[in-house]
Amino acid sequence: MLLIPCPWCGPRDESEFRYGGEAHIGAPANPGSLSDADWADYLFMRNNPKGWFRERWMHAQGCRRWFNAVRHTVSNEIAAVYRMGEPPPPAPGPGREGET
Amino acid sequence: MAEATHKRSPLADLAAGLAGASVPGRVSLAEEPFLAQIDLRGDAADGGFREAAGGVIGAALPLAPNTVAQGGRLRALWLGPDEWLIVGPEGSEGGIEAGLKAALAGRHVSIVDVSASRTAIAVAGAGAREVLAKGMGLDLHSRAFGPGRSAQAQLARAQVILEQVSGEPRFRLFVRASFAPYLARWLIDATAEYRIAGP
Ligand SMILES: [Zn+2]
Repeated sequence: MLLIPCPWCGPRDESEFRYGGEAHIGAPANPGSLSDADWADYLFMRNNPKGWFRERWMHAQGCRRWFNAVRHTVSNEIAAVYRMGEPPPPAPGPGREGET
Repeated sequence: MAEATHKRSPLADLAAGLAGASVPGRVSLAEEPFLAQIDLRGDAADGGFREAAGGVIGAALPLAPNTVAQGGRLRALWLGPDEWLIVGPEGSEGGIEAGLKAALAGRHVSIVDVSASRTAIAVAGAGAREVLAKGMGLDLHSRAFGPGRSAQAQLARAQVILEQVSGEPRFRLFVRASFAPYLARWLIDATAEYRIAGP
């Protein structure tokens, strides 16, 4: 069980949250001009790093706000959380597993 | 129009069970049915919105997460950075809704009567904190959670809005009508140890 710090409510059980996948995927400014391949890339293709990952979470059983977290995909360590619209924090150092 | 004679609270069948589970001096359980509940959304950064809403409630809207403001007969619970639950006595929902709509006319707000969505269960007494802690991951120690605090969280895996009403301590749990019988039975079970006669 992860202890996830909601930027509004503080640390809460993972069971209160919904996962939202990779963060900072911007919607295409001009969808009509995209090729099928570009559109598929926007809709379906995501990074899957072994290491730090900026991702979205929603405090579904609490304040029901979306926010971003920087989580290490090996150790599950959460280096930072930040509210929607706030700039991402600088990349953390190596995680506890020694991954980058 | 359906009149009050037809109203039946979600825990009407469990009123005797809750009363029977209560142990004087240790813990008491009771439904608080039919509380007025209005969900209010608006821009907390807009001073005009805050002032107009606060005027109806009788207290400034709480801006700190998971806190409660008391104004006369009404309480305002923080639900989110742009969302509050205004709670009042039974039958006051129409007046609160009309008052907010009049005071906030022309603004980008949402005012919805959600009184029928949840019922409330009062959990009070010296053992109340311990009972709730059996099913919650929150820090409920009096140093961390006192009067005027609230939280939206899970109790025994049911989503609830919890608030501490007074220092007795007295808590109020808002729970969806469909989950209320389950949660009431869970509370009756969780208080069983206090019904065993002590030495
Ligand atoms: Zn939250």
